[in-house]
Amino acid sequence: MINIATQTAQSETVGSPWVNITIFAVFVGITLVVVLRASKNNKTAADYYAAGRSFTGPQNGTAIAGDYLSAASFLGICGAIAINGYDGFLYSIGFLVAWLVALLLVAEMMRNTGKFTMADVLSFRLKQRPLRIAAAITTLAVCFFYLLAQMAGAGALVSLLLGITEEIGQSLVITVVGALMILYVLVGGMKGTTWVQIIKACLLIAGAAAMTVWVLAIHGFNLSELLAHAVETAGTSEILNPGGAYGENATTKLDFISLALALVLGTAALPHVLMRFYTVPTAKEARRSVVWAIWLIGLFYLFTLVLGYGAGAMIGPERIANAPGGVNSAAPLLAFELGGPLLLGFISAVAFATILAVVAGLTITAAASFAHDIYANVVRKGKVSPDGEVKVARRTVVVIGILSILGGIGAQGQNVAFLVALAFAVAASANLPTILYSLFWRRFTTRGAVWSMYGGLSAAIILIAFSPVVSGTETSMISAVDFAWFPLSNPGLVSIPLAFVLGWLGTITDPNKEDVVKQAEMEVRSLTGVGAEKATDH
Amino acid sequence: MGQDTPPTEEEMEAAVDFREVQRSEQFQTLRKRHRSFVIPMAVAFLLWYFLYVLLADYAHDFMSTPVIGNINIGLILGLLQIATTFGITMWYVSYANKRLDPVAADIRRDLEQITEENK
Repeated sequence: MINIATQTAQSETVGSPWVNITIFAVFVGITLVVVLRASKNNKTAADYYAAGRSFTGPQNGTAIAGDYLSAASFLGICGAIAINGYDGFLYSIGFLVAWLVALLLVAEMMRNTGKFTMADVLSFRLKQRPLRIAAAITTLAVCFFYLLAQMAGAGALVSLLLGITEEIGQSLVITVVGALMILYVLVGGMKGTTWVQIIKACLLIAGAAAMTVWVLAIHGFNLSELLAHAVETAGTSEILNPGGAYGENATTKLDFISLALALVLGTAALPHVLMRFYTVPTAKEARRSVVWAIWLIGLFYLFTLVLGYGAGAMIGPERIANAPGGVNSAAPLLAFELGGPLLLGFISAVAFATILAVVAGLTITAAASFAHDIYANVVRKGKVSPDGEVKVARRTVVVIGILSILGGIGAQGQNVAFLVALAFAVAASANLPTILYSLFWRRFTTRGAVWSMYGGLSAAIILIAFSPVVSGTETSMISAVDFAWFPLSNPGLVSIPLAFVLGWLGTITDPNKEDVVKQAEMEVRSLTGVGAEKATDH
Repeated sequence: MGQDTPPTEEEMEAAVDFREVQRSEQFQTLRKRHRSFVIPMAVAFLLWYFLYVLLADYAHDFMSTPVIGNINIGLILGLLQIATTFGITMWYVSYANKRLDPVAADIRRDLEQITEENK
């Protein structure tokens, strides 16, 4: 067993690419049937964007977990724990704790006051046009950064799992993934997308649970023994202590605080997460969704702790780092070590499915924002039939799909991991202050919202452009020149407080007052759910 | 659509004086109960999370202290973060079920009735 693993790890790929492809094809086949069946009732905008608000809390919570546990968290966190030890675990905590912001402050009130998009809530009592435009821009920005990272990640996964190392082959796979995603979203709408996410979440969590029990069984169900084994393989007990990834110097430590802030405040403001709250019939179901998501995501990060140290113990940081795919190969290598080519094929198929599902969720969010906020409410000033709006949304899906395929091909081999962190930072700085102010601060005005959204968005993007991730160091996107003056690779520490201050400053200096009747209506509706959008019956 | 169509947004806005509802004692109770739970709780868990982040970032020796076998303070505090997240979730759900939902449902029923009568 060990001999085979060593041998294959040295060759270009692990396991059999054909087994991986076959299992993935079975997944695509099953989900396509589900999507086609779900698409029968996609007539109105509420059906297409919000699945007729017909999902239950547990279903939606599972879909949220499927959306949230992207390939980056599954492969990335396992690998980070296997190689950097404790700091990988530290990173995963922020992703979970962040859900409390969604549970306590955002989910139910958003569900009670909006229809399809974040802008519905923000423009409820503030001026429609400027708010919708700003919210659509920040939504599209977050979705674009997130999409690009997922598509480029697909290329990296391919080299690891299918043994395709040539750029043309990888581009072909990115195109296939993109085309499949367009098909899912076009045909299935939110309902189809949600089912893909539910199926994927169940497979991912079941696979991770099986591997976790397996790893623990090998170590006598004793966490301390597993850790001892990991220390033995790594040759240092430092992997149990903090500092492996972020402890190098004062800048990297500060960078981690910035990242932690973006993670914990960004999650509840991610547009594709917010949109999921509209797929359930009531605010109470929105609450149940978040509760389910918290349990599933929390459980999953407990699994990754075992899997990460398990990979460190049974394969070793050095072999993982040298395998094709580097850090990301920890979980697949562990699957191969435990269950041979079949388990590896299963885990690989789940990883692919993850990218497909996350990309589909992002695309429908971006398309809804464009069609509902920009086209229907700004360009046509609300004078458009729901049919016309859905038609525009479907066309936008195709455009966004093609753009993300091209972006994914262009971003191949680039260091794009920072794009996900950037998406969280943009969400936390451009969206969260305005969401919280408009729900909790009576006096908040349009000017405050506009200042906060554009200020937060541009601060995040400008700071990242002049940070070491873009220029100046060996691992930068542009390593030949150095125009970096901002020392941190995550802008959150500056851009998030700035956006909160701008929202406050814009409001207190605003000579205009907002509509007090609308404010009263919004507050009553947000807490009681009176007049909230109901589920559609079929 | 179902048999009893819920009141539309326009019908509700025409029938209900939301400023009056906002001032009503019942709504103020709901608002106070909601805010006095979620805001302090949000501040508390954020402080607890950042305390953990700062310790992991700047107090390496403390976090590296072994407690049971190879399990150190850092790992225990990390697992405690997960435990408190689960705990706060369950606490909020039980609070909302007992203290928020019944009041919200009462106000909702009243307003829907007023709208219905005004049609």
